[in-house]
Amino acid sequence: MSKQGFKTFKGGIHPPYNKELASGKAITRAPVPAELVIPLNQHIGAPNEPLVSPGDRVTVGQKIGGTDAFVSAPVHSSVAGTVKAIEDRPSFTGQIAKSVVITADAEQPAFEGKPSKPLGELTADDIREIAKEAGLVGMGGAAFPTHVKLSPPKDKPVDTVIINAAECEPFLTCDHRTMLERPSDLVEGLKLLMKAVGAKKGIIGIEANKMDAVDTVRSHVSAEPTIEVDVCDVKYPEGSEKQLIWALTGRKVPPGKLPSEVGCLVQNVGTAVALFEAATMGKPLYERVLTVSGQGIKEPANLRVLVGTPASVLVEAAGGMVSGAAKLIMGGPMTGWAQEDDTASVVKGTSGIVALPPELVDVRDEHACVRCGKCVDVCPMTLMPNFIVDSVQKEEWEKAELWGAVDCFECGCCSFTCPAYIPHVDYVRKAKAEIAALKKR
Amino acid sequence: MPEEPLEKEQETEEIEAPPASAEAPARMLSIGVSPHIRDKDTTTGIMGWVILALLPVTVYGIYMGGLSAFIVVLMSIVGAVATEAGIQRLRHMPVTILDLSAVLTGLLLGLTLPPKLPFWIPLLGGAVAIALGKQIFGGLGHNIFNPALVGRAVIFVSYSKYMTTSYLATPKAPLITSQSIKAINSVTGATPLAAQGLVRKGELTISASRYYKPLLFGNPWGCIGEVSAVLILVGLAVLLYKGLVDWRIPVCYVGTVVILSWILGMDPLFAALAGGLLIGACFMATDYVTNPMTAWGKVIFAVGCGVMTTILRFYSNLPEGVMFAILFMNGLTPLIDRYVRPVPYGVRALRRMEAEAEKLGDAA
Repeated sequence: MSKQGFKTFKGGIHPPYNKELASGKAITRAPVPAELVIPLNQHIGAPNEPLVSPGDRVTVGQKIGGTDAFVSAPVHSSVAGTVKAIEDRPSFTGQIAKSVVITADAEQPAFEGKPSKPLGELTADDIREIAKEAGLVGMGGAAFPTHVKLSPPKDKPVDTVIINAAECEPFLTCDHRTMLERPSDLVEGLKLLMKAVGAKKGIIGIEANKMDAVDTVRSHVSAEPTIEVDVCDVKYPEGSEKQLIWALTGRKVPPGKLPSEVGCLVQNVGTAVALFEAATMGKPLYERVLTVSGQGIKEPANLRVLVGTPASVLVEAAGGMVSGAAKLIMGGPMTGWAQEDDTASVVKGTSGIVALPPELVDVRDEHACVRCGKCVDVCPMTLMPNFIVDSVQKEEWEKAELWGAVDCFECGCCSFTCPAYIPHVDYVRKAKAEIAALKKR
Repeated sequence: MPEEPLEKEQETEEIEAPPASAEAPARMLSIGVSPHIRDKDTTTGIMGWVILALLPVTVYGIYMGGLSAFIVVLMSIVGAVATEAGIQRLRHMPVTILDLSAVLTGLLLGLTLPPKLPFWIPLLGGAVAIALGKQIFGGLGHNIFNPALVGRAVIFVSYSKYMTTSYLATPKAPLITSQSIKAINSVTGATPLAAQGLVRKGELTISASRYYKPLLFGNPWGCIGEVSAVLILVGLAVLLYKGLVDWRIPVCYVGTVVILSWILGMDPLFAALAGGLLIGACFMATDYVTNPMTAWGKVIFAVGCGVMTTILRFYSNLPEGVMFAILFMNGLTPLIDRYVRPVPYGVRALRRMEAEAEKLGDAA
């Protein structure tokens, strides 16, 4: 518990949040781009095969990529249009991704919802099937297929479903807006998640910098004895799965294990709402809400965006970049990906687009570590990041593993706080790759 | 062969020149790994704040010690900075004297020296501090021992006559009446700790409480940085307010000395104020590079410093033990870091689960 009595965890940082840039902006619909680039693989798991060919007509919500593998999520067309090509395109991570390129029709029909069973009559298996067919993945960024999370091992029953509404990344406000504008859909989505895993308790964890959302959501769960809204300390990375579970339930997920090990299931706000939409009208996950913000954006906005929309269209929809903007990030500034240009397209896991002016872009050089211990103080996994860096610099990979490089989830607290400007996260990624290569050998 | 480099130059020019037909990119975006935002703290900024925190005691020390004290401090800094620059030039490394770390080392050394020394002793001390205390290990962040204390230790054993007798002994402090100092000096000319050593042997009678006021506000029997305990605590307050040092080190260090001294029969307040304990505990033991990384490691380190200081004060030929105590514990720091680590998140839960699984397995 923090001083104010809010739920919290050990470690973490207080970056400038800059939420006020976009938190007051209601969600609006982003324009339909002339051409969409939809990567076939937007999830963690087995790769999808394309289900359409160049020249094919597609409709809104039509499945265009899928596979029979269990750990996977199909992708759907976000528009009515024509498949122009299926080819390799650079994705937001800079890696090449096989993508379906679709030319959108000038006239876009509304999505035709399919009538479904009343929510009350859905069984746990029905809900898992709905999540799988809709291509639901974790929308906080990790993009793990939702139906897999909804299928915990039989010997590890889930008693608590947590809605991750911390939204601890600076600038991002899309979950905040969703809670304000669609609280009842969120609560219905949470009830579906609880039913799918047979959980007796639901917790919606919201950071204390969104008290209006706390009040709104609380007023919608007053009649639900099994659901509570908990206020979390404003601290990054409150919205990390393991840290949120610790803060809200006091349970700790052991290294290398899943939250079901401690009876928890964590889902993002967007995912819960998307599950509700999929269950009520058969709507697959082809659009999402994201925040376009940062001091480098003229008119920060929260936009409902079609998956496959290029970043340039969204930046334009938010008034464009201020002249001299120096960095464009897909995702939040702590864990997102810096872009070389604005051509990468939005995927299911993209929670924001942030543009920074030059004065917020660091160009300082890495210095020698003076062992100040700040990285150790802030590490939410209670690791010693400076010793991981030291091991990597000496190419001692076993030692890097011993210091917990594999347990690091790259939140970036250490790099944020480091006075010597050491990019710990970069070193950790290198260590992870080398350790994985050693294991394969 | 003068043509060769010329050719190479032309080649690189060709490669770097943009193709004439290509359009210049509209905007250059910078890329890099996450996180994309950083805190404002820098190493240089931290060094600057520590120097600032030392300024009150430095200014007062120079005021009391006069021109010779100023020369001692200045020469320490000159020796340290010049040596840092010289060695980095020799090693073909970037010269980093602007990061203020060598300035801080020189200043700390100067403050642990008596105010009346020939100018070449602090100069040599500064050079040794950087050369043997820091650069020989690979520079900033790699040294095992506190560089300023390494410098002081070398000149302390080399020129011990100067180091133990060059104190002011005459008062020039605004808050201290010269009578009280003269009264003490009429009994003994020794430094307070040496005098208390004689008291323990039964060779002298002087109450420790007579030293309180001079030690707090204007101590003429010590090093430049030992002139006022109050101003050292002001500096510590600055560091704690800025979150630059861990409170555990000064508190545990001084606390250990006070408790052990009290048990051994010394006035506890006198034990805390006398000698180099406060400046050592607040500014030397807290040096990031040479103390452990974790909270518990720091506690062990500080308590160890306190125990060593007390042992040296009471059971060695030296009147004071702060310098060697901190150097000794610096040497143990890698060992402490190796064994006192935080348990990573979830590891205890994992061990518990494995133990339970084992129990279940045994039962079956």
